[in-house]
Amino acid sequence: MIKFSEKQLKIPKLMRPVYLATVGMSKFDRAFPETRTEELCIDALTAASDFVNMTPAELKSYIHTCYYGHFADHFGDQLLGEAVIHDRLGLDPLGTIGVKTGGATGGSAMWEAVKAVASGYSDCALALGWERMDEVPTDEGNHLISCAADKDWETPLGHIYTGYYAVMAQRYWKIFGKEEESFRKTMAEVAVKNRGYARMNPHAHGPMKITVDDVINSPIVAAPLRALDCCLMSVGAACGIVCDEKTAYEITNNPLRIYIAAGSHTLRVADRRNMKIPLLPNEKPGQYDNLAKEFPGADRYPGFTGFLAARMAAWYAYRMAGVVDPTDDLDVVELHDAFTISDIQTYEDIGIRPYGQGRDYIESGDAYVINPNTNKPGALPSNPSGGLIGCMHAVGATGLMQIAEIGYHIWNRWDEIHEPQEKWDAFGREKPSDWTSLQVKDANRGLAISHAGVGSHVTCTILMNPNKLLKED
Amino acid sequence: MPKTDDEKGYVDVVNGRYKPRGTFHVIEKNQPIFNKDTGKLAGVTNPRDMTYIHSYGGEAIFFESLGKGKLMASRCDNEKCDSKGSIFEPFRIYCPDCLRKAKPVDITEKARKTAKIHSFIITERSGAFNTLPKPIKFVNVEFDEEVVTILMSVLSVGEPEIGKKIIPIFRTKSPTYTIMDLMFVAEGTKESDLPDGFTF
Ligand SMILES: [Zn+2]
Repeated sequence: MIKFSEKQLKIPKLMRPVYLATVGMSKFDRAFPETRTEELCIDALTAASDFVNMTPAELKSYIHTCYYGHFADHFGDQLLGEAVIHDRLGLDPLGTIGVKTGGATGGSAMWEAVKAVASGYSDCALALGWERMDEVPTDEGNHLISCAADKDWETPLGHIYTGYYAVMAQRYWKIFGKEEESFRKTMAEVAVKNRGYARMNPHAHGPMKITVDDVINSPIVAAPLRALDCCLMSVGAACGIVCDEKTAYEITNNPLRIYIAAGSHTLRVADRRNMKIPLLPNEKPGQYDNLAKEFPGADRYPGFTGFLAARMAAWYAYRMAGVVDPTDDLDVVELHDAFTISDIQTYEDIGIRPYGQGRDYIESGDAYVINPNTNKPGALPSNPSGGLIGCMHAVGATGLMQIAEIGYHIWNRWDEIHEPQEKWDAFGREKPSDWTSLQVKDANRGLAISHAGVGSHVTCTILMNPNKLLKED
Repeated sequence: MPKTDDEKGYVDVVNGRYKPRGTFHVIEKNQPIFNKDTGKLAGVTNPRDMTYIHSYGGEAIFFESLGKGKLMASRCDNEKCDSKGSIFEPFRIYCPDCLRKAKPVDITEKARKTAKIHSFIITERSGAFNTLPKPIKFVNVEFDEEVVTILMSVLSVGEPEIGKKIIPIFRTKSPTYTIMDLMFVAEGTKESDLPDGFTF
């Protein structure tokens, strides 16, 4: 049984408000055989300076410290890769540090940058992340990814991370999905939605116009997961710049407030021990007393069916930012859809739906920009970028791409980033003739979840229009 | 081509230090990468043949016991710890709560009597260096309530199903001294059906 002390459950506090001033990202793709990583990073930072009508040199003059998210050194055969990028961005001799937390690396880099500004150490900090997994043969890449599991207890078993991960999907599928055809379809809807949204995103590497049947008939990876249930493996870079209030307003007229918190759980799924469910502000004591009756087999928490790290990141972040109910209080979310089924698990971990009811978020249509059941705006659109399934998963950049995308909605500038024909041309991608804006109307608050592997690290970032805060400082 | 014994690297511990002997890192020259469409240089390959040397530390007893047909776990016996009596499998050197040394305990019999499948996955995929036959049947093994964790392993014989009873098997002939020396089979599997080198 895991217990927390009161001190461990302190609501995180930023010593002064922190603002997101600008964001940027590169093109994302499966491989860039003729582009160095630094070129992609410079693209991302240049996009961030363009976004606030500055030259890169002008924007750089504000930056005081740098937090680089890059997970897999061993893929690049380059230690201190962060120092290479830092030099190429021309940011020496500023203080800098590399952050590595698997799939949560992008979110974690931002977590560090926000704390640097909140503490007063820096007035302006850069969080920039990238990943490059295209420079080894695929099976060696699978081995390198499997090194993120326990090297003695897991990696020798097949050298395949999917194997260690998918056992959780299996358990959720059997216990909460009850192996129902209807649940299988709901999983597929996540893939259809996110790949479809990616069609409107020139940065996206995996856009597809597909049907539920296409997903259900795609090759099996590890039942119940099929190829189209799984996220992409991408190369690319993304960044965000955070500041104190004064500096933020020097860079832009409308910076966004940013809150961020992190949680963790065991690297090996094997080590998860039983505990009481930590409740979010929209949940009530006793609410889950009958969970195992309703879903036989759901008697362990988090067991294999919940992500404690995601729950705790939301637990801290909601209280920091004054979020009570994410569906009521937020307007758009970008979630870590590594797999369709883990996306559904996350809806429950972060309280969009209670445990056991995640599928309803998709089935109700709430998760869509336009609710397919009502043709009206969805209650809480999820992953209009296309997410990891449709847009990209360039590990160290992913969390920062998500934060950027939420920012574009709240700034009401989503179209400006995703529509221009020149960008589609520059990226060598064909703009669909049915291109549609996915700008979430009147978005004032949003959330991004950045998640590592089987759930070892998760960050929860909340962005708000500073005139629409939920809580006084 | 598999390496001959002369081409392999070995390591001993002598006087408290690692002492490598044999051959390590056969050097292979790099190759240019050209764009076939433009004829221009895009990059280079960097071949590496590396051998890592790794200490099991306090977990060595677990890996050594597998080859002797024993499944070792560890238990917190600290009177002052809330987790007293909890058995950890994966073996933990220290109790994660009180950080006192956990006591190694033999759970072979417990495993034979109580092991069952908590979850599983069957996959045709694998990464470089994999030596398991495919498809790989991953199983997560729960034991009785004293064991508070759920061990990951592989089902070597039989079809996995949640709740199904399974039996541990051990690579007692030519052990590898890795987690690959432990696998599980469906209850009722005959000794003659076990993979090469394995016994109950
Ligand atoms: Zn203890």
